[in-house]
Amino acid sequence: MTGELKGNYDKAFENVTRLRIMSILMVNEQYDFNSFKELLEVTDGNLASHLRYLEKQEYIQVEKSFVGRKPLTNYKATDLGRMAFQQHLEFLENLIHQNKP
Amino acid sequence: MKNPQQDLAEIKSMMERSTRFLSLSGLSGILAGIYAISGAYLAYSWLYSPNVPWGLESSVQIDSPLLTKLTLTGIVVMILSITTAWAFSRKKSKKTASQLWTPAGKRFLQALFIPVITGGFFCMALLHQGYFHFIAPATLAFYGLGLWQASHFTLSEIRYLGYGQILLGIIAALFPQFGLLLWTLGFGALHIIYGSLMYYKYDR
Repeated sequence: MTGELKGNYDKAFENVTRLRIMSILMVNEQYDFNSFKELLEVTDGNLASHLRYLEKQEYIQVEKSFVGRKPLTNYKATDLGRMAFQQHLEFLENLIHQNKP
Repeated sequence: MKNPQQDLAEIKSMMERSTRFLSLSGLSGILAGIYAISGAYLAYSWLYSPNVPWGLESSVQIDSPLLTKLTLTGIVVMILSITTAWAFSRKKSKKTASQLWTPAGKRFLQALFIPVITGGFFCMALLHQGYFHFIAPATLAFYGLGLWQASHFTLSEIRYLGYGQILLGIIAALFPQFGLLLWTLGFGALHIIYGSLMYYKYDR
Protein backbone atom coordinates (compact mmCIF):
# COMPACT_ATOMS: atom_id res chain seq x y z
CA MET A 1 0.00 0.00 0.00
CA THR A 2 1.41 3.36 -0.96
CA GLY A 3 -0.53 5.63 1.38
CA GLU A 4 -0.33 9.24 0.27
CA LEU A 5 2.34 11.23 2.03
CA LYS A 6 1.17 14.12 4.12
CA GLY A 7 3.19 17.28 3.93
CA ASN A 8 5.04 18.56 0.94
CA TYR A 9 8.62 18.13 -0.14
CA ASP A 10 9.82 21.66 -0.82
CA LYS A 11 12.64 22.07 -3.33
CA ALA A 12 13.64 25.28 -1.55
CA PHE A 13 14.90 23.18 1.33
CA GLU A 14 16.68 20.61 -0.78
CA ASN A 15 19.86 22.58 -0.36
CA VAL A 16 21.41 21.96 3.05
CA THR A 17 22.39 25.59 3.64
CA ARG A 18 18.85 26.77 2.99
CA LEU A 19 17.51 24.01 5.22
CA ARG A 20 19.84 25.18 7.98
CA ILE A 21 18.93 28.85 7.53
CA MET A 22 15.24 28.04 7.78
CA SER A 23 15.75 25.78 10.83
CA ILE A 24 17.50 28.63 12.61
CA LEU A 25 14.78 31.13 11.72
CA MET A 26 12.07 28.78 12.97
CA VAL A 27 13.39 28.99 16.53
CA ASN A 28 14.89 32.50 16.52
CA GLU A 29 12.70 35.52 16.10
CA GLN A 30 15.44 37.07 14.01
CA TYR A 31 19.02 36.30 13.06
CA ASP A 32 21.64 38.51 11.51
CA PHE A 33 23.92 37.93 8.56
CA ASN A 34 27.18 37.68 10.49
CA SER A 35 25.77 35.24 13.02
CA PHE A 36 24.55 33.05 10.14
CA LYS A 37 28.00 33.19 8.67
CA GLU A 38 29.65 32.13 11.91
CA LEU A 39 27.25 29.32 12.65
CA LEU A 40 27.01 27.93 9.13
CA GLU A 41 30.64 28.47 8.15
CA VAL A 42 29.92 29.46 4.57
CA THR A 43 31.32 32.25 2.45
CA ASP A 44 29.61 35.65 2.20
CA GLY A 45 28.64 35.14 -1.43
CA ASN A 46 27.26 31.67 -0.91
CA LEU A 47 25.22 32.71 2.12
CA ALA A 48 23.93 35.85 0.40
CA SER A 49 22.71 33.91 -2.61
CA HIS A 50 20.84 31.36 -0.50
CA LEU A 51 19.28 34.12 1.57
CA ARG A 52 18.22 35.90 -1.59
CA TYR A 53 16.67 32.69 -2.91
CA LEU A 54 14.58 32.32 0.25
CA GLU A 55 13.67 35.98 0.13
CA LYS A 56 12.45 35.62 -3.46
CA GLN A 57 10.26 32.71 -2.36
CA GLU A 58 8.92 35.11 0.28
CA TYR A 59 9.91 32.61 2.96
CA ILE A 60 12.05 35.15 4.78
CA GLN A 61 12.11 38.91 5.07
CA VAL A 62 15.03 41.25 5.43
CA GLU A 63 15.45 44.25 7.68
CA LYS A 64 18.45 46.47 7.31
CA SER A 65 19.44 48.80 10.09
CA PHE A 66 22.49 50.37 11.68
CA VAL A 67 24.12 49.66 15.01
CA GLY A 68 26.22 52.75 15.53
CA ARG A 69 27.75 53.05 12.09
CA LYS A 70 27.82 49.36 11.28
CA PRO A 71 25.12 48.07 8.99
CA LEU A 72 23.17 45.17 10.43
CA THR A 73 21.10 42.89 8.26
CA ASN A 74 18.47 40.93 10.11
CA TYR A 75 16.39 38.09 8.73
CA LYS A 76 13.01 36.82 9.85
CA ALA A 77 10.85 33.91 8.72
CA THR A 78 7.55 34.95 7.15
CA ASP A 79 4.29 33.16 7.88
CA LEU A 80 4.46 31.64 4.44
CA GLY A 81 7.99 30.42 5.14
CA ARG A 82 6.98 28.90 8.48
CA MET A 83 4.10 27.08 6.83
CA ALA A 84 6.29 25.79 4.01
CA PHE A 85 8.89 24.59 6.47
CA GLN A 86 6.27 22.83 8.62
CA GLN A 87 4.96 21.02 5.57
CA HIS A 88 8.45 20.04 4.54
CA LEU A 89 9.14 18.76 8.04
CA GLU A 90 5.90 16.79 8.05
CA PHE A 91 6.85 15.22 4.74
CA LEU A 92 10.25 14.12 6.05
CA GLU A 93 8.72 12.70 9.21
CA ASN A 94 6.08 10.77 7.32
CA LEU A 95 8.64 9.46 4.91
CA ILE A 96 10.68 8.06 7.78
CA HIS A 97 7.55 6.69 9.42
CA GLN A 98 6.48 4.90 6.25
CA ASN A 99 9.84 3.37 5.58
CA LYS A 100 9.97 1.84 9.01
CA PRO A 101 9.61 -1.94 8.81
CA MET B 1 16.36 13.37 -2.55
CA LYS B 2 18.81 12.75 0.24
CA ASN B 3 18.38 10.84 3.41
CA PRO B 4 15.41 12.27 5.38
CA GLN B 5 16.93 11.17 8.70
CA GLN B 6 19.98 13.21 7.94
CA ASP B 7 17.87 16.25 7.07
CA LEU B 8 15.95 15.98 10.33
CA ALA B 9 19.18 15.62 12.31
CA GLU B 10 20.45 18.71 10.53
CA ILE B 11 17.33 20.68 11.47
CA LYS B 12 17.53 19.61 15.10
CA SER B 13 21.22 20.43 15.37
CA MET B 14 20.79 23.89 13.86
CA MET B 15 17.83 24.68 16.11
CA GLU B 16 19.88 23.71 19.17
CA ARG B 17 23.10 25.38 18.16
CA SER B 18 21.38 28.63 17.28
CA THR B 19 19.36 28.89 20.49
CA ARG B 20 21.53 27.32 23.15
CA PHE B 21 24.86 28.28 24.58
CA LEU B 22 26.66 24.95 24.68
CA SER B 23 30.16 25.95 25.68
CA LEU B 24 29.69 25.84 29.46
CA SER B 25 32.35 23.69 31.03
CA GLY B 26 31.86 21.40 34.01
CA LEU B 27 35.36 22.06 35.30
CA SER B 28 34.64 25.76 35.72
CA GLY B 29 31.68 24.80 37.93
CA ILE B 30 33.94 22.66 40.10
CA LEU B 31 36.49 25.48 40.41
CA ALA B 32 33.77 28.03 41.25
CA GLY B 33 32.71 25.69 44.07
CA ILE B 34 36.27 25.50 45.36
CA TYR B 35 36.64 29.29 45.32
CA ALA B 36 33.35 29.66 47.19
CA ILE B 37 34.39 27.16 49.87
CA SER B 38 37.75 28.91 50.32
CA GLY B 39 36.03 32.28 50.61
CA ALA B 40 33.48 30.91 53.05
CA TYR B 41 36.27 29.37 55.13
CA LEU B 42 37.95 32.77 55.40
CA ALA B 43 34.67 34.47 56.27
CA TYR B 44 33.93 31.81 58.85
CA SER B 45 37.28 32.17 60.53
CA TRP B 46 36.95 35.96 60.67
CA LEU B 47 33.42 35.83 61.99
CA TYR B 48 33.51 33.08 64.58
CA SER B 49 37.13 32.10 64.92
CA PRO B 50 37.60 31.67 68.67
CA ASN B 51 33.92 31.10 69.41
CA VAL B 52 31.14 28.69 68.60
CA PRO B 53 31.37 26.38 65.58
CA TRP B 54 28.70 26.27 62.85
CA GLY B 55 27.65 29.82 63.55
CA LEU B 56 24.86 28.86 65.90
CA GLU B 57 25.45 32.11 67.70
CA SER B 58 23.57 34.68 65.71
CA SER B 59 24.66 37.64 67.80
CA VAL B 60 27.97 38.04 66.00
CA GLN B 61 29.28 41.57 66.07
CA ILE B 62 30.04 42.90 62.60
CA ASP B 63 32.06 46.10 62.57
CA SER B 64 32.76 48.01 59.43
CA PRO B 65 36.39 46.87 58.74
CA LEU B 66 35.19 43.26 58.98
CA LEU B 67 32.26 44.06 56.72
CA THR B 68 34.62 45.51 54.11
CA LYS B 69 36.79 42.37 54.31
CA LEU B 70 33.76 40.12 53.88
CA THR B 71 32.39 42.12 50.96
CA LEU B 72 35.78 42.14 49.23
CA THR B 73 36.09 38.37 49.68
CA GLY B 74 32.69 37.90 48.10
CA ILE B 75 33.63 40.10 45.16
CA VAL B 76 36.95 38.30 44.65
CA VAL B 77 35.18 34.91 44.66
CA MET B 78 32.70 36.19 42.09
CA ILE B 79 35.34 37.70 39.80
CA LEU B 80 37.48 34.53 39.96
CA SER B 81 34.46 32.36 39.14
CA ILE B 82 33.35 34.49 36.21
CA THR B 83 36.87 34.70 34.78
CA THR B 84 37.32 30.94 35.10
CA ALA B 85 33.95 30.23 33.48
CA TRP B 86 34.80 32.59 30.63
CA ALA B 87 38.27 31.11 30.04
CA PHE B 88 37.01 27.52 30.09
CA SER B 89 34.10 28.36 27.79
CA ARG B 90 36.48 29.93 25.35
CA LYS B 91 38.65 26.86 25.39
CA LYS B 92 35.67 24.57 24.93
CA SER B 93 34.22 26.59 22.08
CA LYS B 94 37.57 26.41 20.31
CA LYS B 95 37.70 22.67 20.79
CA THR B 96 34.21 22.13 19.42
CA ALA B 97 34.84 24.70 16.67
CA SER B 98 31.78 26.70 17.69
CA GLN B 99 31.58 30.39 18.28
CA LEU B 100 31.46 31.80 21.80
CA TRP B 101 29.83 35.15 21.15
CA THR B 102 26.63 34.07 19.43
CA PRO B 103 23.10 35.44 19.79
CA ALA B 104 22.44 32.39 21.99
CA GLY B 105 25.41 33.26 24.18
CA LYS B 106 24.19 36.81 24.57
CA ARG B 107 20.71 35.67 25.55
CA PHE B 108 22.20 33.22 28.04
CA LEU B 109 24.24 35.96 29.70
CA GLN B 110 21.30 38.34 29.76
CA ALA B 111 19.01 35.74 31.31
CA LEU B 112 21.58 34.91 33.96
CA PHE B 113 22.81 38.37 34.82
CA ILE B 114 19.62 40.41 35.02
CA PRO B 115 18.45 38.52 38.13
CA VAL B 116 22.02 38.33 39.47
CA ILE B 117 22.67 42.07 39.10
CA THR B 118 19.27 42.84 40.63
CA GLY B 119 20.31 40.61 43.51
CA GLY B 120 23.62 42.45 43.79
CA PHE B 121 21.92 45.81 44.19
CA PHE B 122 19.39 44.29 46.57
CA CYS B 123 22.23 43.01 48.74
CA MET B 124 23.88 46.42 48.76
CA ALA B 125 20.62 47.84 50.05
CA LEU B 126 20.47 45.11 52.71
CA LEU B 127 24.02 45.92 53.79
CA HIS B 128 23.19 49.58 53.87
CA GLN B 129 20.21 48.90 56.12
CA GLY B 130 22.24 46.59 58.32
CA TYR B 131 20.44 43.31 57.54
CA PHE B 132 23.65 41.28 57.32
CA HIS B 133 22.08 37.90 57.95
CA PHE B 134 19.88 38.26 54.87
CA ILE B 135 22.84 38.53 52.49
CA ALA B 136 23.31 34.76 52.22
CA PRO B 137 19.63 33.99 51.53
CA ALA B 138 19.37 36.85 49.01
CA THR B 139 22.50 35.89 47.03
CA LEU B 140 21.37 32.25 46.91
CA ALA B 141 17.81 33.04 45.85
CA PHE B 142 18.68 35.59 43.16
CA TYR B 143 21.47 33.41 41.78
CA GLY B 144 19.08 30.46 41.69
CA LEU B 145 16.51 32.52 39.78
CA GLY B 146 19.20 33.60 37.32
CA LEU B 147 20.24 29.99 36.72
CA TRP B 148 16.67 28.90 36.24
CA GLN B 149 16.10 31.64 33.70
CA ALA B 150 19.40 30.92 31.92
CA SER B 151 18.56 27.23 31.67
CA HIS B 152 16.30 28.03 28.71
CA PHE B 153 19.34 29.09 26.72
CA THR B 154 21.94 26.49 27.67
CA LEU B 155 22.23 22.87 28.80
CA SER B 156 18.93 22.38 30.57
CA GLU B 157 20.48 20.47 33.52
CA ILE B 158 21.54 23.81 34.96
CA ARG B 159 17.89 24.21 35.98
CA TYR B 160 18.40 21.72 38.83
CA LEU B 161 21.35 23.71 40.10
CA GLY B 162 19.00 26.71 40.10
CA TYR B 163 16.28 24.87 42.05
CA GLY B 164 18.89 23.82 44.60
CA GLN B 165 20.10 27.38 45.13
CA ILE B 166 16.56 28.76 45.44
CA LEU B 167 15.66 26.09 48.01
CA LEU B 168 18.79 26.74 50.07
CA GLY B 169 18.11 30.48 49.82
CA ILE B 170 14.65 30.08 51.30
CA ILE B 171 15.93 27.80 54.05
CA ALA B 172 18.63 30.36 54.80
CA ALA B 173 16.03 33.11 55.04
CA LEU B 174 14.09 31.06 57.59
CA PHE B 175 17.20 30.10 59.57
CA PRO B 176 19.52 33.09 59.18
CA GLN B 177 21.92 31.73 61.81
CA PHE B 178 22.93 29.02 59.34
CA GLY B 179 23.34 31.54 56.51
CA LEU B 180 27.05 31.08 55.95
CA LEU B 181 26.79 27.31 56.15
CA LEU B 182 23.93 27.19 53.63
CA TRP B 183 25.77 29.67 51.39
CA THR B 184 28.77 27.29 51.42
CA LEU B 185 26.49 24.36 50.58
CA GLY B 186 24.94 26.26 47.66
CA PHE B 187 27.83 28.08 46.10
CA GLY B 188 30.41 25.46 47.12
CA ALA B 189 29.00 21.96 47.32
CA LEU B 190 26.23 22.28 44.72
CA HIS B 191 28.62 23.84 42.20
CA ILE B 192 31.10 21.01 42.69
CA ILE B 193 28.43 18.32 42.37
CA TYR B 194 26.87 19.96 39.32
CA GLY B 195 30.28 20.62 37.72
CA SER B 196 31.40 17.03 38.19
CA LEU B 197 28.18 15.62 36.74
CA MET B 198 28.44 17.93 33.71
CA TYR B 199 32.11 17.11 33.29
CA TYR B 200 31.43 13.38 33.20
CA LYS B 201 28.43 13.75 30.94
CA TYR B 202 29.67 16.23 28.33
CA ASP B 203 33.34 17.10 28.62
CA ARG B 204 35.26 13.85 28.81
